[in-house]
Amino acid sequence: MIDFTFTEEQELFRKAAREFADTKIAPHVPTMEKTNRGWDEVVKELAGAEMFAVTIPEEYGGLGMGYVARLIALEEIARVSVATAMMYQVFGLGIEPFIRFGTEEQKRKYLPKFASGERLATVAVTEPSGGSDPKGCRTTYKKVNGTYVLNGRKCFITNAHTADAQVVLAVDEDNPDALTTFVVEKGMNGFKPTHEEHKVGMRGCNTGEIEMKNVSVAAENVIGGEGKGLKVAMAAIGDVGRGGMVGCALGLQRACLDASVKFSNERILYGKPISNLQAIQFKIAKMKIDLEAGRLLGYRAAAMQDKGERSSNEFAVAKYYATEAAQKAAKMAVDIHGGYGCMEEFPVTRYLRDSFVLGPSAGTSDVMMVIISRWALS
Amino acid sequence: MLNIVVCVKAVPEQSIANKLKIDPVTKSLPRLDIPLVMNSLDSHALEAALQFKRKSGAHITILCMGPPPAGNIVRECLALGADKGILLTDPAFAGADAFATAYTLAKAIEKNGPVDVVFCGMASSDGATEWVGPEIATFLNMPVVTMVREIVEDRGDEWTVKADYQYGYRKVRLKLPAVITVTRNLNQPKSLSFSGILKARSKEITKWDREKLDIPAERVGLKGSPTHVTEMAHLESRREVEILEGSLQEKIKRLVQILSDAGVV
Repeated sequence: MIDFTFTEEQELFRKAAREFADTKIAPHVPTMEKTNRGWDEVVKELAGAEMFAVTIPEEYGGLGMGYVARLIALEEIARVSVATAMMYQVFGLGIEPFIRFGTEEQKRKYLPKFASGERLATVAVTEPSGGSDPKGCRTTYKKVNGTYVLNGRKCFITNAHTADAQVVLAVDEDNPDALTTFVVEKGMNGFKPTHEEHKVGMRGCNTGEIEMKNVSVAAENVIGGEGKGLKVAMAAIGDVGRGGMVGCALGLQRACLDASVKFSNERILYGKPISNLQAIQFKIAKMKIDLEAGRLLGYRAAAMQDKGERSSNEFAVAKYYATEAAQKAAKMAVDIHGGYGCMEEFPVTRYLRDSFVLGPSAGTSDVMMVIISRWALS
Repeated sequence: MLNIVVCVKAVPEQSIANKLKIDPVTKSLPRLDIPLVMNSLDSHALEAALQFKRKSGAHITILCMGPPPAGNIVRECLALGADKGILLTDPAFAGADAFATAYTLAKAIEKNGPVDVVFCGMASSDGATEWVGPEIATFLNMPVVTMVREIVEDRGDEWTVKADYQYGYRKVRLKLPAVITVTRNLNQPKSLSFSGILKARSKEITKWDREKLDIPAERVGLKGSPTHVTEMAHLESRREVEILEGSLQEKIKRLVQILSDAGVV
């Protein structure tokens, strides 16, 4: 029998995540918006709340709570700050290759420190030529005396400047079919984060470029095996990356709905709250329908992931639906606010800007359609 | 090591306060189908117990009387660090006033075994009688200090506390075992932690009904309540907006008039 209810423990987890978001993250939002920074403070808060430990198995210092729990945390954080949720989701994306493909030695070396937040991880796949076609990767590696020498540039990397360990996808200089993922660490000679991006939304979420010039990486830093990089990158992005974006989108949808309900109950027009007008009611109904549908899609995919089932296609559907819905919800929320929707004192302006960043992250809606159509046609 | 009992109450979530339905017969608030949360002052009582546990070790038992969904509140207390949970749940307990509630809680405390301190919030956000703590103390034949805002000294079984008293406070020395009701000035409750939630998995919640407590039916619930709520109604709070028109002088004149009528100036 299908059971659509969260467990008592998951409800408690949601309560804890909501309290955390309201009390520890919300106070940072004005600074993040104003300065486009503030990520160090927010990362400390996430670490203090054991957020990074959620998906890491207990034997490596984590909580082993799984991906439904991660989605709950993301939804609650994104409700307050999509920028923070985005950073958090990509730290999780960076951790995933270690959990799924790391050797025992790599797991013991990295995961406990990732769990405590002492060290941070990210994934670097996207290049100036694109991110959704990893086979077009131009960052190269060459095996020299048992070590690997990396050269290239990655862009639009979330947490580029904050991550201590980056899982970098590179192609064999001598074999364009061989893609491998390497753990590149802060402080390695020739490796540095460079340009910081200024995005239209998600201000305060670090996004930037990294550069590798003759970076020498030991064989023990190969993750998932030589020539298996595509599998590593795609598995992490397909399940955890897309799943993370679903969490960001659901949180944003809820924020839009909550703000719209509050405003429309308070704003008086023709002597009555505008929530009495059918034009407003229908917008709110559409937001609610999309939120409910998006949650069913997202949490179903996460539940499959927790069972160890392949869930990347289901996450593609959820990602498409929820991020598109979040953009629509943000537009409707701004519309409901009328003139106030243009004023930065009202959070809906931030929601609208943030919503535009949801689409391209972890694959655009058009790329999701490609994946979904392949799934349907196969 | 101190044996502490913390009494917690599951109360309706404040955000739905204006949507609560009142039972037309019993004039009570049915709690079966509404979101319940821990009474805010009880979270300060729990935090007081947890501070003792962190400082010098203590065994904390949570005691809650309510419908089965109140078990979630007990689980939350276990996740916050309490060691054991007891849920007193029985349809016979429904409609209890402060007296019947205190009697049932006192019987459960006796059944649970030796106790050094019973912490309660000074009042509940729904009933707000402030009687349950003192009445528990009466039934257990223990001293009670209400509205405690600070635990000044805790030397063995002799404690000194500061308690709110009209516009000041009183400093009271008491001997354990005792009942203490607390105000929100006592401490700042800590938030739930994820690892705390996981630790709560291995902690059991015991459920006791009237028979387990061996209390006669006429001593619990509505039957055991000497006080009865004869009327209950929603408090209507209406705010009216008046936009002042006219010249600046006219607006000032009108504003002064409004403030004067309201007795403010």
